[in-house]
Amino acid sequence: MGKNLAYIILGVIAVVFPLVVTSDYYLHLVIIALMWVIIGSAWNLLAGYTGQVSFGHAMFFGIGAYTAGIFVTKLEISAWWGMAFGGVVAMLIGLFVGWVCFRLRGPYFALATLAGGEIFRLIATNWEELTDGMVGILIIQTFTSKLPYYYIALALAFLSIYVIHLVMKSKWGYYFVSIREDQDAAESLGINTTLYKNISLLISSFFTGMAGAFYMNYMAFIDPHVVFSLHYISIMAILVGIVGGVATIMGPAVGAFIMVGLQETFRSAFFGLAPAWTSEAHALVFGLLVIFVILFLPNGVVGDWQKIRRNVFRIGTSSS
Amino acid sequence: MALLEVKNLTKVFGGLRAVSDVTFHVNQGEIMGLIGPNGSGKTTIFNCINNYYPITSGDVIFKGNSIKGMKTHTICHLGIGRTFQVVKPLSRMTVLDNVTASAFCRINIIRDAREEALGILEFCGLIDQKDKLAKSLPIGGRKRLEIARALATKPELLLLDETAAGLNPSELDEAIELIKKIRDGGITVLIVEHIMKVIMTISDRIHAINFGQTIAEGTPEEVANNPAVIEAYLGEAYAQC
Repeated sequence: MGKNLAYIILGVIAVVFPLVVTSDYYLHLVIIALMWVIIGSAWNLLAGYTGQVSFGHAMFFGIGAYTAGIFVTKLEISAWWGMAFGGVVAMLIGLFVGWVCFRLRGPYFALATLAGGEIFRLIATNWEELTDGMVGILIIQTFTSKLPYYYIALALAFLSIYVIHLVMKSKWGYYFVSIREDQDAAESLGINTTLYKNISLLISSFFTGMAGAFYMNYMAFIDPHVVFSLHYISIMAILVGIVGGVATIMGPAVGAFIMVGLQETFRSAFFGLAPAWTSEAHALVFGLLVIFVILFLPNGVVGDWQKIRRNVFRIGTSSS
Repeated sequence: MALLEVKNLTKVFGGLRAVSDVTFHVNQGEIMGLIGPNGSGKTTIFNCINNYYPITSGDVIFKGNSIKGMKTHTICHLGIGRTFQVVKPLSRMTVLDNVTASAFCRINIIRDAREEALGILEFCGLIDQKDKLAKSLPIGGRKRLEIARALATKPELLLLDETAAGLNPSELDEAIELIKKIRDGGITVLIVEHIMKVIMTISDRIHAINFGQTIAEGTPEEVANNPAVIEAYLGEAYAQC
């Protein structure tokens, strides 16, 4: 009951937040964080629950973004169609990626997805007839206010968490975790591991593609180096998952807000309070953060929440 | 009627003939033992039956149809369950979830699958441990979990790969009881085992191999008195006297 109440309060806060905080700057940060909730949750389904660690989620994100963009530049229809089809096209690509990459296991799979992401970045850069290459795609935003985007992002984030929650409570959820724990045992228990790994990948790529399409609509500008970025998308997806907590439903949501908050703190050089060079230090700090999390909070902030509470509590009592 | 027929099974790893021209069958409702010294190819035969390894030549026939080349998970759906000698628990899942995941092989509804899993845990004597993580079980529990998981797929034929190895004497007696109970439940059992106490008491027939080749087949007494078997286990000197 207490948990349900917490979720209801969280939901109410999320809905009234933009009515209270009217600053476009903070609204923008929360919108981006909500987008990362979607990507992080999607990555977590494949990597955290199914155990197939992807280093190439930028590929699905970029495909979704470019689907929405190309709908405008080539088909001359609204980029909002991309919201529906971005995920579907990313899924089709996911089908191909799964067909190729699921022949490999563990680190080899991770490397194959890493290569996949880079391949799509190069395709988007060089296929200028379709993507306009490095010029990128610029569209006109539908809304001048950030409010509609906030609610769309919130709805999508909620949808992705809820769907993944339902999936994990179903037979598929059991199968995904079985595959993560021991693929050979799973196979001998009658689980078609190739099929279920692909199902996990398809759901994951769908939501990531949808987030990409949302990004196109919201930011109104994309180029290959932004949406197919290894650093800013693929690695960020992993960080969101690991920091928040792999194989937990709410982990990526928490991780998204931590990571976007950190990224912005450094990008703005501590909101202008620190010298400008600190904005260059974010890669270093992210690296240290990963080391810290893996050493002390291997299950992430959500997975190790009890541990954090215990330790913080102990520090509190010993100092008093 | 023969439930499973293994015909001229041969498996070659590079230059090594791990299994060479082995033929035997398992009748419906019996416990068939498969014995042989270390490295004689027992586990390889299991791995060939459920196509964990592709067969070099020969055939495996289950209920009259060849299952050679079928996917491992398809073979499980056809009704062959197996356990692993080196146990493979789904470590970070609870014991109940381990068995529930396999029960989904036949049952699609979560509540029914859990119900089925609880029944099987009761049957295997693991019900008290159902909420523990699989990795926290001792070896005896893990071996039982292997059996419970295989049973949850509702097999007609159960392949048990050294489920008694590493157990203490009292656990051993419990394991023998469990295997008999499984047979009495109508499941045919093909068992690989080193512990003679187990294999001699429960098997209806035994097939003995050495260096990947058949050396004897028959009732436990026949096989135990067979010179070739004695030679394989104890050396030539004992076989002659």
